[in-house]
Amino acid sequence: MLLIHCPYCGQRPELEFRHGGQAHVARPADPSATSIDEWADYLYLRENPKGLHAERWRHVHGCGRFFNALRDTTTDVFVSTYRCGEPRPDGGSAR
Amino acid sequence: MINLASAGLVAAPESRRWVLRGHAVAMAAAGAAFGSPLPTRAGEVAQAASSIADTARAALWLGPDEVWFITPVEDGAALEGALRTALAAVPHALVDISHRQVGLLLQGTDPAWLLNAVCPLDLSLAAFPVNCCTRTLFNKAEIVLWRTGPAAFRLETGRSFSGYVVGLLAEIAREQAA
Amino acid sequence: MNHPLLFRTPTGGRVDRSRTLRFTFDGQAYQGYAGDTLASALLAHGVHLMGRSFKYHRPRGLLAAGAEEPNALVAVIRDAARRTPNLRATQVELYDGLIAESQNRWPSLAFDVGAINDFLSPLFPAGFYYKTFMWPRQAWHRVFEPVVRQAAGLGEPPTLPDPDRYAQRYAHCDVLVVGAGPAGLAAALAASAGGGRVVLCDEQPELGGALLDEPASSLGASINGQPASRWLADAVATLSARPNVTLLPRTTCFGYFAHNMLSLNQRLTEHLAAPAPQAPRERLWQVRAREVVLATGAIERPLVFPGNDRPGMLLASAARSLLNRHGVKVGSRVVLVTGCDAAYITALELQAAGVTVVRILDTRPAAAEHVTRAALAAGLMVSANVTVLGTSGRRRVTGLTLARLAATGEVSDRESLACDTVLMSGGYTPTVHLFSQSRGQLRFDAAQQVFVPGVSAEREHSAGACRGTDGLRSTLDEGAAVGAAAAFAAGSRGVLASYTVQALEGSLRGQPGVLPQPGSHPPARAFVDFQNDVTSKDLALAMREGFESVEHIKRYTTNGMATDQGKTSNMNALGFVAKSKAITVPQAGLTTFRMPYTPVTFGSLAGYDRGDLFDPVRPTPSHDWAVAHGVVFEDVGLWKRARYFPRDGEDMHAAVDRECLAVRASVGLFDASTLGKIAVVGPDAATFLNRLYVNNFSTLAVGKCRYGILTREDGFVYDDGVIARLADEHFHVTTTTGGAARVLQMMEDYLQTEWSDLQVWLTSTTEQWAVIAVQGPKAREVLAPLVSGLNLSASELPHMALAHGHLGDIPMLLMRVSFTGELGYEINVPSGHGQRAWEMVWAAGQAYGMTPYGTEAMHVLRAEKGYVIVGQETDGTATPDDAGLSWAIAKSKADFVGKRSLARPTMLATGRKQLVGLRTVDPRLVLEEGAQVAATPNQKVPMRLIGHVTSSYHSAVLGHSIALAMVADGRARIGQTLYVPMPEGEIPVTVTTTVFYDTAGARLHD
Ligand SMILES: [Zn+2]
Repeated sequence: MLLIHCPYCGQRPELEFRHGGQAHVARPADPSATSIDEWADYLYLRENPKGLHAERWRHVHGCGRFFNALRDTTTDVFVSTYRCGEPRPDGGSAR
Repeated sequence: MINLASAGLVAAPESRRWVLRGHAVAMAAAGAAFGSPLPTRAGEVAQAASSIADTARAALWLGPDEVWFITPVEDGAALEGALRTALAAVPHALVDISHRQVGLLLQGTDPAWLLNAVCPLDLSLAAFPVNCCTRTLFNKAEIVLWRTGPAAFRLETGRSFSGYVVGLLAEIAREQAA
Repeated sequence: MNHPLLFRTPTGGRVDRSRTLRFTFDGQAYQGYAGDTLASALLAHGVHLMGRSFKYHRPRGLLAAGAEEPNALVAVIRDAARRTPNLRATQVELYDGLIAESQNRWPSLAFDVGAINDFLSPLFPAGFYYKTFMWPRQAWHRVFEPVVRQAAGLGEPPTLPDPDRYAQRYAHCDVLVVGAGPAGLAAALAASAGGGRVVLCDEQPELGGALLDEPASSLGASINGQPASRWLADAVATLSARPNVTLLPRTTCFGYFAHNMLSLNQRLTEHLAAPAPQAPRERLWQVRAREVVLATGAIERPLVFPGNDRPGMLLASAARSLLNRHGVKVGSRVVLVTGCDAAYITALELQAAGVTVVRILDTRPAAAEHVTRAALAAGLMVSANVTVLGTSGRRRVTGLTLARLAATGEVSDRESLACDTVLMSGGYTPTVHLFSQSRGQLRFDAAQQVFVPGVSAEREHSAGACRGTDGLRSTLDEGAAVGAAAAFAAGSRGVLASYTVQALEGSLRGQPGVLPQPGSHPPARAFVDFQNDVTSKDLALAMREGFESVEHIKRYTTNGMATDQGKTSNMNALGFVAKSKAITVPQAGLTTFRMPYTPVTFGSLAGYDRGDLFDPVRPTPSHDWAVAHGVVFEDVGLWKRARYFPRDGEDMHAAVDRECLAVRASVGLFDASTLGKIAVVGPDAATFLNRLYVNNFSTLAVGKCRYGILTREDGFVYDDGVIARLADEHFHVTTTTGGAARVLQMMEDYLQTEWSDLQVWLTSTTEQWAVIAVQGPKAREVLAPLVSGLNLSASELPHMALAHGHLGDIPMLLMRVSFTGELGYEINVPSGHGQRAWEMVWAAGQAYGMTPYGTEAMHVLRAEKGYVIVGQETDGTATPDDAGLSWAIAKSKADFVGKRSLARPTMLATGRKQLVGLRTVDPRLVLEEGAQVAATPNQKVPMRLIGHVTSSYHSAVLGHSIALAMVADGRARIGQTLYVPMPEGEIPVTVTTTVFYDTAGARLHD
């Protein structure tokens, strides 16, 4: 069971969290203005990196907040967790 | 049948509860009505005198924009009235959850031991001191845990989960007896 | 007593000779002492034959003395329900009355029919299972599987439910020390001296590890000037006295998971003759440690030579442990075959105990000078540069043939020795299972020819023999240093210690375990993996057949698999593969160590999650009332919902017909409390719901309700429910029972991550409100006398309106809504008053023949009206239009979640499945839900199918069956005949609209 640092509550057991998929996938401001391909990208295309991955978590059985985390998918080491709206701390690709 | 009292488990006195959600301005306004600044640090509990002698109201930090009020039922109208008045002009949500929850008091010899059978948090006094609170899990039930004393907890759970929580506590208490 | 205790020493050992325990093994009565294991007690009687091997059913005796034992697998039987298979006899603590049975033998251990497999062994080569699978499938099912399962297999599970209780526990500590041998004890002492929380676990009943194998006599080691046993007792007493230390004997750490979470299985009652009935049998610990110290020791390797598996052939460490712990001599005439100095100490101790040590056969040119000198001084005979060509004896070894091995590989000077015991030692393999599970990188130590911990992946430290550290003093000092360092790293204080040791010790270092044999092919019966019956010939065959990677060789031969996880076999197999391919061991690679380290019971893993506590059972406010009225419940998620209320012998159909008719004719009572409820409150509440739901909520007046539909961004229906506007800035949103949690999650997601500027907040109120549905033409009359503070008239409280008031003295939110098509109300009261409110309404309804109804009738009633159930009519691929709900979409809105997707061409194309009604020609015929629909009759398989039935019932009020179905272009097919193919024949159906009853909807507005 992972130990996850909630930016609001601190270190908590993984059981209290729910994974929320890739982070930094913003909903288009005006969906009706997107092309069919842009919309399909937004809906369905996600990265699956070996290594650092920015992902969303929700402390669902704790403070209830969504937040983002930078996790190494090969080691499960969390490099950082940070609040929604904050930039990816390693400056890595944010779609 | 297990004697729950021997495991230190009793039902909390009838209480009223509200969830307050809002920004700092709402929290500040509510604090004045509550009688003490509302908690701002994770897991903090603030208490203030209730309108009924020798009883206290509590405000539990459960999220950065979420505070729970718990007070004896006799203080309910006074507290709610004060809060609604103070918050009238401030964007907020104050929702009655008095009946949503069931409160249990654990005050046996080692309630942390009982809880840690299935609660994944570190409940040592150093890690979870008196007047610390949090939402967490009790095996398959979500609970709110508030340490009211070195060997005393208040546990809040959803009404329909209370049978499960009590049954599981009783099952765990049998180990202490064994 | 048929077996005198010929092999028990007159004194000594850690057993309690004042407490005699009786037990049986395969029906034969024996006795032992408190402190014995099943294995040691049997050996005290000279019984070595304890099992038959997995594949060839060869007679097998004890090999080892601990968790690594591959052969002596037994079942311990307490009663019909308590039969535990696959226990290692070396780990079964004796208790009075213990009943044990050997495994893999029929009809008896001594005469085993399956042993014919041994003579047919050419039929069971490596890859037997894989090759067999390639035969015709029928042959596998009919012939091979039954035969293989009976002949092989590892023990029998009990057939009755497990009557025992199992406990679980989370724990947190600064330092978890795994293993209570000298390194672990020194680590725990150092780590706990400064007050930090320390947990020390060990799989054995007594803490001490290798120190328990030290003789009490002057031959034994001393620590800090005291006999090792004295130091051990003091160390355990010191640790026990520290309140910050938790000692867990009989506790196996079997899994090392991410972020220093380790799983421990504690055996609480297995060693007791009569466990207290309340006591849990085992406890699963999940320990989160800031720092972990692994002090898991090392396991001795057997040597691989022809006939190395006969009963009476053991590891030297096992003989030492049996002698010094249990006062048991492994035999009378012992030959030691060794490539490791430590085994010399065993030979010396056996000789001192009166066992004849026939000879020490060293496979190396020489041992270290000091052990050789000690052996010669004691009068022991040593032959160096030896290989073993074979052994003799069927149920017990009787002799051994050795030869001198020249550097060229030539053998000469063959010689036979008579003996009843052969001890083997190829050196020690560090126990790196847990380190490897933690994803730490192993490093190959070329000098010792073993893998040792390299780079840690977790906050972990290894100490002692598991790290390749040799010698008691180095082990103690390293344990102390690592324990202190771990405490500091954990943020507490450690206290260093250094130790003095006096002992005659031999190095644990060994040599490759496969002894060279004359000739080019390995002999058939030189076992590498005893548990899985893998020989060096099998490994060679796998390589000849092209298996390159050790992971593939492992799976092809089964070497290192199953419960054993290669404890005694991995390094020998690797060494053999490396040598055969002329590569180094690290080039050959290492297979992955899997958890669990030793088997864990299912009961322990299940813990409290069984029986009534398997899942939370969520009762509704009318639960007790419903029970008293003969309800049949239905599980809906975790909820117990009333399904129907049968009366005097009614079956479900009769009860449902009656309940439906009562609602249509008079009035019914239904508990709708499980519906999800969310308070959406704040100045931007309407804006928020507008962005989320397909409907427009800005136009919903305070005091009114609207049926809302929620789609996901992909445009497919996700949830639905009535949404009420209680105040300008307060909406009461209801969801489906199953959707309550996920809709709240979706709402929070958008609110927190996309629209955090909106001033609106969400609170689940599902359990705050009990919801009592009163439905039927008499509903108003029932309620009228009960309510105060509001007017129930159709003009004051029309369909989809709400009002606040009281039901008796109970505050109430009353919503006039209907999921039946009848005049209906949903009474919302605080749930603590739910049962009382229910009983009030029930009492008032008696005059009108009020009937309680359940979910089954509810389903029929809504289907008669064509109301959809999300998840029944829809399946995650239906748009609102597909489900016939496009009327709900607010066309005026620029955007809502899912709107863009609904404009995709594929969503607008013809051919999509649309919700329609179906009528059967035969009115009594009820279609099967899930049945397929075809456009034309008599098609050949595969048919072209254009839809499926989603709901289907008998409608009592209509007197015929009704069905809803999703059919391609369904709305254009209304009036057509379609066909539902069934095994009994095709059923013609007519396509209709979805509303079967009261198509004008007049009853709703009464
Ligand atoms: Zn949190």
